[in-house]
Formats: sequence, structure tokens, C-alpha cells
Amino acid sequence: MMSGARLLVGPFNRVEGDLEVTLDVAEGRVRAARVNSPLFRGFERMLLGKGAMDALTITPRICGICSISQSAAAARTLAAAGGITPAPEGEKAAALLHAVENVADHMTHFNLFFMPDFARADYAGQGWHARAVARFTAMTGTGLHAAIEARARLLHIVGLLGGKWPHTMAIQPGGVTRAPTMRDKLRMQAGLRAFRAYLEAQMFGAPLEDFVALDSITALERWTTGDVALFLEIAATAGLADMGRGAGRYLSFGAYPGPEGHAFAAGLWVNGAPALLDPAAITEDLSHAWMLGRTAHPAAGETVPDAAMRAPGYSWCKAPRLGGLPFETGALARQVVDGHPLARALATEGGVRARVIGRLLEIARTQGIMEQLVAGMIPEACFMADWTAPQEGTGAGLVEAARGALGHWCRIEGGRIVSYQIIAPTTWNFSPRDVQGVPGPLEAALVGAEVRAGEETPLAVQHIVRSFDPCMVCTVH
Amino acid sequence: MNILWLQSGGCGGCTMSLLCAEDPDVLTLLEGAGLEFLWHPTLSEASGAPVRHLLEDLRMGHAPLDILCVEGSVLRGPNGTGRFHMLSGTGRSMLDWVRDLAPRAAHVVAVGTCATYGGITSAGENPSDAVGLQYDGAHPGGALAAGFRSRAGLPVINVAGCPTHPDWVTETLLMIAAGEMHAEALDPYARPRFYADHLVHHACPKNEFYEYKASATRLSEMGCMMEHLGCIGTQAVGDCNIRGWNGGSSCTRAGYPCINCTAPEFEEPGHGFSETPKFAGIPLGLPSDMPKAWFMALASLSKAATPPRIAANARADRIVVPPSVKGPK
Repeated sequence: MMSGARLLVGPFNRVEGDLEVTLDVAEGRVRAARVNSPLFRGFERMLLGKGAMDALTITPRICGICSISQSAAAARTLAAAGGITPAPEGEKAAALLHAVENVADHMTHFNLFFMPDFARADYAGQGWHARAVARFTAMTGTGLHAAIEARARLLHIVGLLGGKWPHTMAIQPGGVTRAPTMRDKLRMQAGLRAFRAYLEAQMFGAPLEDFVALDSITALERWTTGDVALFLEIAATAGLADMGRGAGRYLSFGAYPGPEGHAFAAGLWVNGAPALLDPAAITEDLSHAWMLGRTAHPAAGETVPDAAMRAPGYSWCKAPRLGGLPFETGALARQVVDGHPLARALATEGGVRARVIGRLLEIARTQGIMEQLVAGMIPEACFMADWTAPQEGTGAGLVEAARGALGHWCRIEGGRIVSYQIIAPTTWNFSPRDVQGVPGPLEAALVGAEVRAGEETPLAVQHIVRSFDPCMVCTVH
Repeated sequence: MNILWLQSGGCGGCTMSLLCAEDPDVLTLLEGAGLEFLWHPTLSEASGAPVRHLLEDLRMGHAPLDILCVEGSVLRGPNGTGRFHMLSGTGRSMLDWVRDLAPRAAHVVAVGTCATYGGITSAGENPSDAVGLQYDGAHPGGALAAGFRSRAGLPVINVAGCPTHPDWVTETLLMIAAGEMHAEALDPYARPRFYADHLVHHACPKNEFYEYKASATRLSEMGCMMEHLGCIGTQAVGDCNIRGWNGGSSCTRAGYPCINCTAPEFEEPGHGFSETPKFAGIPLGLPSDMPKAWFMALASLSKAATPPRIAANARADRIVVPPSVKGPK
């Protein structure tokens, strides 16, 4: 390939929303990447002047795949602003709703978004190709169909507790709108047993606890069953371990809060060691976004699009930084921060394989969390505390969506929203450069990716981009 | 028949909802009806260059297009340029793509309330100047003119809902494939009548509470949500409570109000989504086709006649008084 060639990659599908990547290519490698989130809707502006409670209807509609995450973040933001403590059983039910969505999203990612690339004709001749074709060909693969069915049935739990998916209004600052009965509890347990049976028969091909017990990369590579084994075989020959490696800086806001803390811990992982998360150190840099204004903490931030789309802006996405640094967020980050030994072992590897395994590990672990949440549910208890809508106050709601750290920050005056800022997981992962010229995590991970002669949409680039499971509609919102 | 699916200024939730179709799953269902995707952003293998070539071929009329599905509002901003959503890799706005491709399609289907009427993307100050394909809110004429007709002679088919029920989308596509989608199959806002001829109120489990105006006063109580909590299921079109969502549920079944998400301008109700606007203590919105005087008379009568069981349950978060059981004769 000629030196100095530039590739414009898009429409980039099998990600949630629209994405465009510009690649500077030389000697068959990506030298620099710029990620553009090409859709601006302006949710933060829509919310201005609305009644505080309207955030519960409007913000879930930012995203059709992380809808409950947005809902949970909004409910916690309003609760924080109004000094509201949710009923403990309501908090449990909300955590269950959220966990189901996150697992459903991981299922969608692995089966519909990520794996179909290995059924491509480009990989004909690989020992595993026929199996990848049978299982994961887009639209027709047997694995894909099985996953769609299992996911739809799992989401019956959201139906039961939340009415529908996406865009439920069931999660409120004081708890949830529907108190499940004993019959509901037993039905949810039956649903979870069916989902476990699918996972153990097809995706993992073995008891989930065996996968959760893996504690090293060596142990992982000895896994021989299910779709997971096919992925590992593909990863080994396609070089996915070394592809798209990140900086090893991970962020998690902590998932599924309960009386004993989060089920998955909050924190940071930096340079091979844990570190404390200080949300006050978060800023959004606007230097390369089509946004007017200054770098600010989201509690003081604003969203003013630059209609002229002037350079050096090249994306509608702002650039979140923590202590001035970009951070990667997502299932791998969550599992690393939480301290799972396999995830810690993969933290340094930090590439395409590590991100995918992070997600699979989390599916296996979250199944256990969902089972415990339902088993511990007390139908006689109260699921909604007494509360009134906040009239004055500020609040933040920090949650973990499937794709990572999601934060809402709001200020309410006279019952109305006067400021509402959102930083979504992919805002972190797919951020543009900051004022120092430091690229966002995806932009950095793409450097060095192989571009074969004649490739217009390089496969390695596709694998790396999809390994982050980007949600572009959340990114800019 | 082939389908091109584009995602514009929306959340992608209608596709996510579509994947919840069951018995059979959506892919099996569409394949069985002879429907295949030329391209779908979530489901197809092709990315980048081959997609650009496909879009260009369709635009130039070099390849036939049977059904164009658009999910999400069409963004006209900033300043009418459509640049708030440039379809990636193409250097052109989605606004331009939609205007070019729609006349090529035998049928144009707007999927979701964003695509039909502007929806939530047009809420508040409508920062992106979002509109629906053929409506701007309740007003005819959106990204496409009010007089637009697809090659089959129909206006844009508006599968409204936020999100859409998976079956509303699949059954619309099945009707098109079966040659059964005619002008008479659409309501005045061009919504398919198979679901728009029903009200969300139909088969709502709170109907007995409604009959007596035994009302919930806060979310989580079991009573009817019309009087205090903003529910407009008696006016909203949709068979939500007849067919059920995600295993048979619905918004009202889960204890929160119907916000009329199948309607134009639902995103700006003019009051909080879970508050009922009232005048002199009387809800402003009346059930569809109900004369006001009769509604008031019946409501006051039925309120007075509310059995204690229903009054107690309406204010509780679970059944506290079961229906009495008759002893043996």
C-alpha cells in the first residue's frame, strides 16, 4: 500500500448506530485513526426546562439497546437530587432489570455483531471457517438464531417487571412500579433456568461455574466447549489477542448496587494496579468536537453544537477524561476492576480477545447474580418507597451499562431541569482527541492494525472496532 | 421482496424490539414470507464499501427496491443541511439519502414514532430539527412532501410506537408481501389499522378500576392511572394490552401510565408524563368517542358505587381484598 493513503470507513454496521472511521495508512498498517460519531440529536438540550420526572421518559429513549441503563442512571440522578432512598426490594428489582438488559446486550454483541465477521469469505481456508459459517453467518447462522430466541425469552423478565423492552418506565427514584408476586418470582426463576440451559448447552457448552473458575490465560486456552471454544480457536489463528490492544487503563462506576455495595465493584485499574475512582476528576474536553464551550466537569458542562462543524472538530462526540487521561470502559474493565483473576490476567493483553472474553465472563457471572437477586426477592415487601419529585438540588447517577460507565449529572430548580449532562460508555471509548492531541481509546487501539492490499474496509479494523461493542446512539445522544 | 433498512436520527430501539419477535424469531418469520434484507445495519454482514455501492445502485435505479424501511427521525438541521446526520462513509446527509431512495421504493415504511412523526428526537427545542418521513408532528409533510406516494401508490406506512411492537413491524411487512397493504388498511395518520383500530385501554388489566374511577394516586398502586398519573390509554391507539409485549406484558400491566407513544407529538404532552392535567379537578382528556357530559355523569355515579374491594385494591400495590367467593348453593 502506498505511503500516506487515507481510508474512510463507513457505513460501519453491526454496531449500534452510525459510525465513521478515517484511517491514515502506510506500509500496510494504520498510522492514525480518527473516529467520527456522525449523529447529533441533542438530548441534553431537549431536557432543559422540562419537569424533573420527565427525564425518566426521555433519557431511556437516548438508546434502544442501553435503555434500562439510561433509565437506571436517570432514576439515581433524581434520587440523589431529591435525597430519595429507594425501597431495598425495589432496588433489587431494578438491579435485576438492569442485569437482564446487560446480559441481553452481551448476547446481541457476541452473536449478531461480532462473530458474523468470521463467517466472511475472507477467512475461507481456515480450519474453523465451515463451523463459523454454520453457526454465525449473518441472518442465517444456527448460533445466531438460537441466541435471538434465548435473548427474547430472557427479556420476558423485563416484560414481567417492566412491561416492555426497551423503554420501560418501571424504574423510579423510589423503587419500581410493580411489586412482583410469588408467582412472578417462580416464573422468573423458571426463565432464568431456561436461559442457563441455553448458555450451558450452546454458548459455553459446560457449567457456567467452570468458566467463572478460570483464573489464567493458560486455563482459558484449554477451554474446549461451546461457541466460546470456537471463538478461542478463531482468536488463536486470527491473532485477536494482540490485535487492538488498549492502554490498560480501565474505569468502572460499579454495577448493581445493593445494601452490601455493588455486585461488581467501582474503581479504576491503572498500570497494573487498582486505583480509587474520583468522579470529581472527570472532565469533557471539546477541542476536537463540533461543540462550543470549554472543558468542564459534567456538573458544569453544556452542550452547544457548532452548526458550522469547524475544524479541528471532527466528531459530535466530546472527549471525556479522568484526571486528564482517556480511560477504557466496558465488561473487561468492569471485571478487571472487580478483581476477577481471569480478567486481571487479560488486563495487560487488553486487545480484541480480552474484550470479548471479558463479556463472556460477565455473562457467566451475571447469570449467578440474576439467580441470587430473584432468589432473594421478598414478594411481601414494599417495592416503592414514599417519595416526592425533587424540586431543588443537584445529583449524579453513575451506573454500568453493558458497554461500561454511564453517568448522568443534573441540576433542578423549581422542579425544572436547568442542566442535564450525560457521559455514555462509548463517549469514553470512542472519544476524539483532546486538547493535548491525545487520541481516545479506540483511536489509539487502531494504530498498528493491519490493512491488507486492496482492503477498503479492513477486517482488522472491523474486529477492533466491534470488540468495544460501541453504542453510537448513546455516544453523542 | 427485498428490504433496505436505514437507521436515521433515532435510538435503534425499534430494531432491538424487532429482535424480540417470537414464534418464530424475526429472521425465520421474514424468510418464510419471502422477505430478505438487501442490507440492515444491525443484521447484515456487509460493511463499508459494498454498502456504499449498494446504496448508489439503488439511488440510480440500477437495482430494484421493494421496501424501504427507515427507523429514526430525519434530521434537517443545522439550517436545513441535514448535517446533524451524515450517513457515514458517504459524505451525504441521511436527509438526502431518504429523499433520493424513497421514490425508488415500491413501499416506504417508517418504523417507530421518530420515523413517522419526529417523535422523541423532536422533543423540547428540537435541537436537530427532526421530522418524520411524511409528517412533522401531526402535520402532513416531513422529510418527504405530504403528497409523496411510493411506487405502489401509497403514502409512507407509519408503524408508530416508541418502540414499535415487533409484531407491528413484521405483520406490516407480511401484509406488504402478501399484497394486502392498501390505502384502506391505514388510519388517518397512515398507521396500519390492524393495531391502530384498537385502544391501549382494550384489555387493560386495570379496567375494573377504570369502571369505578378507582384511581391510583402514586406509581406502584394498582388502581386506574387515568385520573392522577397521566395515563391516556383510553385515547391511545395500539393493541398493547391485547397482544402483549415481551411475553405478554405492557406499560399499564407493569404499573406505569400509557403515554400515547403511537401518536404524533406524544413527546410534548404539555404536562409531566405521569401527571394528569385537570380543570376544576376533572381530567382534561376524555376517553375517545366519549361525550363529556356522559363521562362526568357516569364517573360520579360509578365513583359513588365503588365496591370496598376495588377501592382498597386501587390504593394498594397488590391485591389486599380478593373477590368474594360464593358458597355452595
